[in-house]
Amino acid sequence: MATLQLKNVIKEFGDTHVIKGVDLEVKDREFVVFVGPSGCGKSTLLRMIAGLESATDGDIVIDGKRMNDIGPAERGLAMVFQSYALYPHMTVEDNMGFSLRLAGVSKSERKDKVLDAARILQLENLLDRKPKALSGGQRQRVAIGRAIVRNPSIFLFDEPLSNLDAALRVQMRVELARLHEELDATMIYVTHDQIEAMTMADKIVVLQGGEVEQVGSPMELYHHPRNRFVAGFIGSPTMNFLPVDFQDANADGVQVTLPGGQGCRVPVNGEELAAGASLELGIRPEHLNLDDNGPMSGKIQVIERLGGATSLYVQMDHGMITVVADGDIEHKVGDTIRFGFEPFRGHLFREDGLALESLQRHPLTAINRQANRAPADSGDDQ
Amino acid sequence: MNPSTLKRFAIGLLAWVIAFIIFFPIFWMVLTGFKTEVEAVSDPSLIFTPTLDSYAEVQQRADYFKFAWNSVIVSFGSTLLALIIAIPSAYSMAFLPTKRTKGTLLWMLSTKMLPPVGVLVPIYLLFRDTGLLDTCTGLVIVYTLMNLPIVVWMLYTFFKDLPKDILEAGRMDGASTLQEVLYLLMPLTLPGIASTGLLSVILSWNEAFWSLNLTTSQAAPLTAYIASFSSPEGLFWAKLSAASTMAIAPILVFGWLTQKQMVRGLTFGAVK
Ligand SMILES: Nc1ncnc2c1ncn2[C@@H]1O[C@H](COP(=O)(O)OP(=O)(O)OP(=O)(O)O)[C@@H](O)[C@H]1O
Ligand SMILES: [Mg+2]
Repeated sequence: MATLQLKNVIKEFGDTHVIKGVDLEVKDREFVVFVGPSGCGKSTLLRMIAGLESATDGDIVIDGKRMNDIGPAERGLAMVFQSYALYPHMTVEDNMGFSLRLAGVSKSERKDKVLDAARILQLENLLDRKPKALSGGQRQRVAIGRAIVRNPSIFLFDEPLSNLDAALRVQMRVELARLHEELDATMIYVTHDQIEAMTMADKIVVLQGGEVEQVGSPMELYHHPRNRFVAGFIGSPTMNFLPVDFQDANADGVQVTLPGGQGCRVPVNGEELAAGASLELGIRPEHLNLDDNGPMSGKIQVIERLGGATSLYVQMDHGMITVVADGDIEHKVGDTIRFGFEPFRGHLFREDGLALESLQRHPLTAINRQANRAPADSGDDQ
Repeated sequence: MNPSTLKRFAIGLLAWVIAFIIFFPIFWMVLTGFKTEVEAVSDPSLIFTPTLDSYAEVQQRADYFKFAWNSVIVSFGSTLLALIIAIPSAYSMAFLPTKRTKGTLLWMLSTKMLPPVGVLVPIYLLFRDTGLLDTCTGLVIVYTLMNLPIVVWMLYTFFKDLPKDILEAGRMDGASTLQEVLYLLMPLTLPGIASTGLLSVILSWNEAFWSLNLTTSQAAPLTAYIASFSSPEGLFWAKLSAASTMAIAPILVFGWLTQKQMVRGLTFGAVK
């Protein structure tokens, strides 16, 4: 059992308010990802959970116990650093066994535990090497192994993959997901890479400027972003935003006029909108469809062919818009295209950035990685 | 000869000439030590019959080994004490800095700019009243205080180069502050600590102002030993040279043996 609660956690460095009151609930065996732009306070929040940084105010509760005044080692957590932070003067084996040595565990028992962890990570052949004789990926695995040996209640990762090349990053991502299954541990993972967040998380916490913007499953954030920031941050390529004119709102949604003059009724709750409210339509590039009768049009400026899909950067009157189309389309730069979208794919944002609530929840929003599993080994989902 | 080898040759020659000019007085001193007093003051010649007479006479007048032992005690003792005080100080300054850390460091260094003679009288009186005059303990204390600013500064710069993450990883693994220092910080900055210690030993060994003023016989180190040969009866060049040679020989050998370590330590930051 390992749960974590943050209650109105605040961190100030002198006069700089880095974390401005974060509330969060992490369930047992959950894989939670903190994501946000550089400098938003992800590392600081993680370090406060670890006990490497003290909280200015608020409660950090692990397994029901307030931990604010308890040292890092006694919290029963393990952390994997971005820089790996291996002990350069110790062999892989000593690196992994250091915590046990400090705890006074006997040499033979230490060896057994280190070997167990090494086996999980395929490090058995490297135990006698020093960190400097290892590749980046191997160092990364040693750092994870060092965490595993401690048998922590919660694993903390601070951008553990950011120093690896793209291919290795994908491989380690899969490996970490596998490890999460195998160890059945609670994990908190910090990244600024939204793809890592989307692929690994049971629950994503989007942070900006020291505040939580939204907490939810990957599909929830993708389909129901709470505000313009989350909408723009999650998803790649980034969501398009276009100014639209508000016409009216009823039980079926909000009627708006698109650039180009055509109307569209987006199924969101607009009851509280005042007449003349200024709205922005958000629509993901992959939800725009090429359609000769579509309501919008523009001239292609740039084409990026990825094989399976093609990204079109299209100049419209109000600005650029990105369209992700089929890989086989034959359009050329300079062509004028028409396109449209299914109304339920649209998001409407008020002037203050908040999204109008969808009238229907997307059916996948409840699904996370654990629910993705085959029924046979589920049942640990509370 | 092409221009580049010519240039290298010229630079090499220049280096040798400068090195020789710097080294010459020491060379001459060693040479003079093997002459008789008469030869020493007469024509400066390279050709003479070497003799150990001066050494014998010097040893008769004062027990070299007693002075040498005092030098060893005070230079290594003060270095050890300085390191014991400086390692925790530098640790806290490097890893737990406050707003005043930079100021404190500068202030410490600024004390080195004060002429020591400015505090001679108060220190002398203090030593007299506490019975520390002419004791090794007294010299160890003075040398420790004298070298502490430099030792803290050097250690501070070495410690600062160590990635903080490594110590934090240690803390996550359950290391106490002491274990952090003993198992992680010290092994990882050993080259730096060693070269700092060596420098402190050398500075203490060569120190003359305090040793001449605070010791007379019991605790007098080699610097006082040399000085005792520029006696009121007049200068005896050969004997003075012999004594000086013996006084610098140990530290010269020590410096030579440890030069690799020194250079490694002083360039430690550059290689991470
Ligand atoms: N010790 C400190 N003193 C003062 N300000 C700090 C300190 N540590 C962090 N900050 C500030 O707190 C903010 C958040 O830092 P943090 O390292 O948590 O960001 P991050 O989200 O992890 O960013 P990145 O993705 O770049 O790692 C930054 O603006 C940073 O300048
Ligand atoms: Mg960070």
